[in-house]
Amino acid sequence: MATKEDLDIETLLEIYRRSMRVYKTDERFRQMLTSGKLRLVYYPVRGQEVLSAAMMAALNLDDYLVTTYRGVHDQVAKGIPLRDLWAEFTGKVTGTCKGKGGPMHITDPATGVMVTTGIVGAGLPIANGLALASQQSGDGRVTVVCFGDGASNIGAFHEALNLASLWKLPVIFLCQNNRYAEHTAYSAGTAAKQIIDRAPGYAMEAVRVDGNDPIAMHLVACEAVARARAGEGPTLIEAMTYRMLGHTFGADFSYVPAEMQEEAKQADPIPLFRALLAERGIDAATLEAIENAIGAELDEAVEHALSSPYPDVDELRIDVLKEEIAA
Amino acid sequence: MSKDGAISFAQSINQALDEAMAASDKVMIFGEDIADAQGGGVFKATSGLSTKYGTGRVRTTPIAEQAIMGAAIGAAIAGYRPVAEIMFMNFLTVCMDQLVNHAAKLRFMSGGKTFVPITVRCTTGAGVGFGGQHSDMLEAWFAHVPGMKVVTASNPAEAKGLLLSAIEDDDPTLFIEDIMMYAQKGEPLAAGEKIPLGKARVRREGSDVTVITYGRPVAQMDKLAEELAGEGISAEVIDLRTIAPFDEDTVLNSVAKTGRAVIVHEAIKSFGVGAEISSRIHEELFADLKAPVKRVGSKYCPVPFSPPLEQAFLYSQDEVYASIRRMMG
Repeated sequence: MATKEDLDIETLLEIYRRSMRVYKTDERFRQMLTSGKLRLVYYPVRGQEVLSAAMMAALNLDDYLVTTYRGVHDQVAKGIPLRDLWAEFTGKVTGTCKGKGGPMHITDPATGVMVTTGIVGAGLPIANGLALASQQSGDGRVTVVCFGDGASNIGAFHEALNLASLWKLPVIFLCQNNRYAEHTAYSAGTAAKQIIDRAPGYAMEAVRVDGNDPIAMHLVACEAVARARAGEGPTLIEAMTYRMLGHTFGADFSYVPAEMQEEAKQADPIPLFRALLAERGIDAATLEAIENAIGAELDEAVEHALSSPYPDVDELRIDVLKEEIAA
Repeated sequence: MSKDGAISFAQSINQALDEAMAASDKVMIFGEDIADAQGGGVFKATSGLSTKYGTGRVRTTPIAEQAIMGAAIGAAIAGYRPVAEIMFMNFLTVCMDQLVNHAAKLRFMSGGKTFVPITVRCTTGAGVGFGGQHSDMLEAWFAHVPGMKVVTASNPAEAKGLLLSAIEDDDPTLFIEDIMMYAQKGEPLAAGEKIPLGKARVRREGSDVTVITYGRPVAQMDKLAEELAGEGISAEVIDLRTIAPFDEDTVLNSVAKTGRAVIVHEAIKSFGVGAEISSRIHEELFADLKAPVKRVGSKYCPVPFSPPLEQAFLYSQDEVYASIRRMMG
């Protein structure tokens, strides 16, 4: 069993950098929504920053990611340029998808962000296809597909896990178990005690981990990546975490009992990560420098997004088919 | 292949797949029972291909349409050109999310950063007694989805040429095969020859009425036009080949000339492809029309099992004939 000491400080700082990139992006979205500078449906990811960062730090930039409409933490942790992301969230032509996809459909092949879907569970079968391409071409890439505990109850989950195991695909199914499927508590929607309990039915390797623990999460991620790259097949990771805010920003989430909200606060991965780094001898100035650099990148990204033009209406005729639609 | 060189529709599909796989190692095939160990496909369309190209490129899948379609989409985004076989058209309902929300829309939603060059083959058609869940003609559903191309063939040579173009095309293309036509024989298409998507074929020129159709009814309308010629009526027959996007220019040019049009398809008439084409003709050519456009399709009813019911359900060639006689006054 790997231990804390197995992770060198550079790797830890890299995970921290990615975590803060997510944290600050999410924080800025919420600030701008609150102040009325931005109007969009936003799915806050507060509480799930470290989980994503620890996973994506185990990947190469050209490894593939498939995520969901509630996946800004995954995209940012994977390394998507913030200016392109912000421009897309604001519907601008400079966005990752020229403003035509929006927050639910962020796509950036340059950083491996291949599909973001708004349909729960739909990413899993597509991730198999990406992994199949890598298996067939021998390019060594690994595909990670992120989804929530709720998505494990839809049929596509079953079809995808069965096929991935049958074909030994280099894919990692990362279930971010934040204990709520939209407004419905885990136990009200899921018969299995744990998501990983389903893996034996697919003869698939599976592991449950505290997703808020950067070291544990990263080690599990590295092991799954190594398995996939070695051609030994897929892994189901159930990363336990909390969603510290509502499903959509601004919505009431009193349906989450006070005790669980308190539990989530105690498990908030950001202060815990800072304490861990302090314990490992990292001083406050180092962390502050990381945060300032991200803050500056973010300022520039927001400014770029707000000042960018909207797409021309001619875009309605472009990218529908390969051939332009006649005016 | 028979002595006279004619080949069947199924063999023609097989030839197209074979040529496409030989031409590019990016072409892969997924589907239920398609490898030789499982019989080479229930209609033998993929027979011999797994032996020739290996079970890495010709993959028998579980009976899991979402998994098949998802695998095709993902591999396509990563640079492959998968051909997914969905055994019967009705089974597309099982993977509609993958096809409609993903395959058709990813190019647009990604601003062109990704695209999905998949070909989805499926069979269907009434007349063999498969009943309500294995016989529907659902092409209008897919023609209604921006981002999809929908193609169907009227004979073996057309099937090969169109399928080769579908596989080469950079958009998701639904290729509809008619179960009643698999055994039908015809002249083969020369090796390497293709038929472009988006272009209708004027099968027979005429001056009195335009018959617009696709798939199985095409050969029937050729014969009907011959009969009508004997009665002094000159019918022009158009095979759309590509249903979406359809070749509007060829259709409108023809109807502008004849002033009369009948649209014939096996799909039920209500809300069908015929309704769209009829509307376009009325919108563009109302002043030139000598009679209202007529649609002939199957009845508004699930495909029935009992043979007399199944025949009564199907679009009627007699109705096409009667409509044309009536239009001619």
